[in-house]
Amino acid sequence: MAAVRVEEVLAAAEEREAEKRRSVTVEKELELEFDLGNLLALDRNPPAAAGLRGAGPRREALLRALARDNTQLLVARLWELPAERAGGAGGPLVARLPEPAFRLPREKPPPRPRPPTRWEQFARLKGIRRRKRTSLVWDEQAKEWRRRWGYRRAGGDPARAWLAEVPAGADPQEDQFARLRREKRERVARNELNRLRNLARAHRAGTTVPAAPLHPTGHQSREELGHVTRVARVSTASLGRFQPRLPKEPAEPPSRSGGRKRRFEPLLGNLAAERSRQLELLRDMGSKKPVLDITRAVNKQLRQEEAEAAAAKGKKQSQRGKRGRRQQRPGRSSKKSGARRQQQQQRPAGGGTGGGRRKKA
Amino acid sequence: LIYCYRKPKTKRAKRFLEKREPKLKENTKNAMLIKGGNANLRVTEVLKDIYAVKKPFAVLYKKKNITRPFEDQTSLEFFSKKSDCSLFLFGSHNKKRPNNLIIGRMFDYHVLDMIELGIEKFVSLKDVKNSKCPEGTKPMLIFAGDMFDVNEEYRRLKSLLIDFFRGPSVPSIRLAGLEYVLHFTAVDGKIYMRSYKVLLKKSGCKIPRIELEEMGPSLDLVMRRTHLASDDLYKLSLKQPKALKPKKKKNISHDVFGTTYGRIHMQKQDLGKLQTRKMKGLKKRPAEKSAEDGGVSPKKSKSA
Repeated sequence: MAAVRVEEVLAAAEEREAEKRRSVTVEKELELEFDLGNLLALDRNPPAAAGLRGAGPRREALLRALARDNTQLLVARLWELPAERAGGAGGPLVARLPEPAFRLPREKPPPRPRPPTRWEQFARLKGIRRRKRTSLVWDEQAKEWRRRWGYRRAGGDPARAWLAEVPAGADPQEDQFARLRREKRERVARNELNRLRNLARAHRAGTTVPAAPLHPTGHQSREELGHVTRVARVSTASLGRFQPRLPKEPAEPPSRSGGRKRRFEPLLGNLAAERSRQLELLRDMGSKKPVLDITRAVNKQLRQEEAEAAAAKGKKQSQRGKRGRRQQRPGRSSKKSGARRQQQQQRPAGGGTGGGRRKKA
Repeated sequence: LIYCYRKPKTKRAKRFLEKREPKLKENTKNAMLIKGGNANLRVTEVLKDIYAVKKPFAVLYKKKNITRPFEDQTSLEFFSKKSDCSLFLFGSHNKKRPNNLIIGRMFDYHVLDMIELGIEKFVSLKDVKNSKCPEGTKPMLIFAGDMFDVNEEYRRLKSLLIDFFRGPSVPSIRLAGLEYVLHFTAVDGKIYMRSYKVLLKKSGCKIPRIELEEMGPSLDLVMRRTHLASDDLYKLSLKQPKALKPKKKKNISHDVFGTTYGRIHMQKQDLGKLQTRKMKGLKKRPAEKSAEDGGVSPKKSKSA
């Protein structure tokens, strides 16, 4: 009887051992963090440092046990993903992975969108869209489909063209073959020039660092060189005051602000100018005429609003034109803002008349 | 390719340049394994083993290159540009730093991060006489130890190691092919890297029971010097273009219980003209209709 019980106990113990060997559950203090897109698992539990200190097979066994537990958890997670059979019913079981979540730095910076070329701008303006051309063309002579260009093209090999017609208004003595060759060379050169110009424009648009044009590259435009010389002149310790001018350089026009934002006249300067200024001031204060001409101000405002509306509508179409006009404007814009400011101050007084006049106009 | 002053003249050259230009979704990062001026046998073997693990996304340079990465990074950057590799592993040996490995990565062909590790113990692939897994298997990566979260340098090292050993980014994997696992433990100032082959055994349920078999290179590493990128450069390198963000679907919301709610926007409907079910019994009979009208508009009788 005791023997039977012992056998039972042993059988039970063996059963438990087998269970443990087959179990897929793992006990952990802290939950692991998973990134299934990268097949990554992060275990935050501090490992048993005591056991791992001593070198030798014990450490290896501990590490292997730890690795086994962590891998079990990771595989359990991976098995939970939606899986399907790839390639029909008998194919291998394939799990769909989510996007990798762990943020890793890129290899190269993300590509910058390049500005459109001159042709692209024009095409967008005119609404020209790209026509998809067929790669094969029917060749009547050869009675088969041939490539549009390249090896064995549809029109025959252009190098073997033995006939070149003299066009209607051309000189009969001119060599047509030479003309065709020259024109092709010119076309290729023009194409290459335009490509490089587009590239330079894109490069300039990309690097809007003002230091860029200051490097002497030999390919600078006239405006860039002017800008560079101006900057170079002013970059001395005395801000360019004692820099001699080059032989043909024109004298610097006096800047509006003289390098200062606010400027005050000296106290004891021109007596006559001071007197005339004071008398003018008294005259204006005494006169009954309003300083601000309402009609002019209102008309200016109307014109400005119309211009803004037109600019917003036809911005793309007349971009170049507007740019030209805008460059002439800076002097006038300050006056306009001054008029508007005064108008706002005087609005309660002159609002009625201004409104009335506006309706008439 | 866009900023090329010299246009490629052949299709092959064009493909070559297109592969190297910056893209929205990037290629798998390549690693270059370089030997320093005085690399000893151990370091060379480490490099060869890591090359075997990282094939085909690695380049092993056979000759010795006399450079010091921590002093001068130009030659590393030159190599990176030539071979289009953004990860590197540089091995060297001298009396002050024996068995040295410098693991690093590049951003835009300039060095981003570099960490110097010392090899204390190394067991090579050929020392372990077990069956190996096929070349190019995507490994499972496991990092154990709280040091990898607490310490800034260890965090960068973790990011570097993930970047290094990650392999290509795939949308789906064959579950039976999960054979390789790399386990990193950070304990006591040391980092233990072990590689195991995964055996999937039968268990009572769907999830298989895992048994591990020691395989492949195992390293005991100690962290020495570091050259980490500044915070803003690191943030710049992490920046992903907006186009890669998944587009949010509007008007769809999810419940706590998993129910999906949708919102449909309708135009204003004229309820009088709604097409409803026709109930023949409720149809107005002509007698009822005239009674309703109340003789307002009786039929016009022809006057005699």
